[in-house]
Amino acid sequence: MKKALWMISVLAAIGLICGLSLSSVYRYAAPLIAENKKRALEESIYKVLQDIARYEVIEKEGLVIYAGIEADGDIAGYAFMAKGAGYQGEISVIFGIGAELDKLKGIEVLESLETPGLGGKITDAGFKDQFKGLSTLPEIGYVKSHSPENDNEVQAISGATISTRSIVAILNDGISKMRDALKR
Amino acid sequence: MKTVSLYDEFLKGLWRQNPIFKQVLAMCPTLAVTNSAENGLAMGLAVVFVLVSSSAIVSIFRRFIPHEVRIAAYTVIIASFVTVADLFLAAKFPALSKALGPYVPLIVVNCIILGRAEAFASKNPVARSILDALGMGFGFTLSLLMLASIRELLGSGTLFGIRMLGAWFEPWVIMVLPAGAFITLGLLIGLINMLARIKGKEKVGCCK
Repeated sequence: MKKALWMISVLAAIGLICGLSLSSVYRYAAPLIAENKKRALEESIYKVLQDIARYEVIEKEGLVIYAGIEADGDIAGYAFMAKGAGYQGEISVIFGIGAELDKLKGIEVLESLETPGLGGKITDAGFKDQFKGLSTLPEIGYVKSHSPENDNEVQAISGATISTRSIVAILNDGISKMRDALKR
Repeated sequence: MKTVSLYDEFLKGLWRQNPIFKQVLAMCPTLAVTNSAENGLAMGLAVVFVLVSSSAIVSIFRRFIPHEVRIAAYTVIIASFVTVADLFLAAKFPALSKALGPYVPLIVVNCIILGRAEAFASKNPVARSILDALGMGFGFTLSLLMLASIRELLGSGTLFGIRMLGAWFEPWVIMVLPAGAFITLGLLIGLINMLARIKGKEKVGCCK
């Protein structure tokens, strides 16, 4: 009985000390972590919308849309974060689209687990740049083994059609969600 | 048992009882995060921090912790230090923290750490425990760095993100994929066993 009591009190003491020290470390780290996340998001918004002076957060129907505003106060376009299944895991992409909701301004891949060297190329500038100025009407498509002929098509990454298809599907889905939300 | 010099206590982890190549412990982080030298080094240093701190604490309190609940006690202590390391990385090095992903929290179940607490720190004075932990930690870090450098060099043609091999080099993508980790580790362990055999009468083992 005495032994059991001793075991319980030692474990409780260890747990208490560890808990207290962790909470103080957390109090120091939490604001820094939140700031890092915010900065990463902000950087990507400025990257996909280009040449904007500031941005505003619009919350509509549970969606968070970032409206990029130019120096003279006009809306330059909107940025939206979309997620979906990739080849190996979830891909999250942020894209910027013009104020008319017709042409993409740029995309950034925030998170992905695609195969390095194949699907991993979705994060390469060469692939992402294809989306600059791409028409989203009626929707984005992709072509294989030849160069795109229409202004709403990108060239698929060779050996990684599934990753390309995933990105295109995520973007189309995100764009239509955003359009619906902004129309209302 | 106390005839081992302090110097030797540190040194054994680097080569004679190297946690990866000799004890073959902690294979999960070893195989998973060594796709670039930077990741390998960061994982190694995070483990050094957790290993040294938890060994020191376990050694200080070794007389108070009842034998029956020692594993639970060690686990709580280790988990606390791992959380500290995880929070610190996320706060100060967000890019690294993202690259290492779930493998930082998984240091909790890294068997080197619980292994050293159980096999060494719980039976030895603080100074020796810290030296042992430092040796094992740096042995782990150096091994990871070696594995990661080979894989990054052949798999991406870079080292610490700096291009090493010219445009003529076609990266062997398999080296940065999981299969490359197994191949490289197998070859390195084979090579090291061969070296040990040539040197003669090396003994393998983790516990005295």
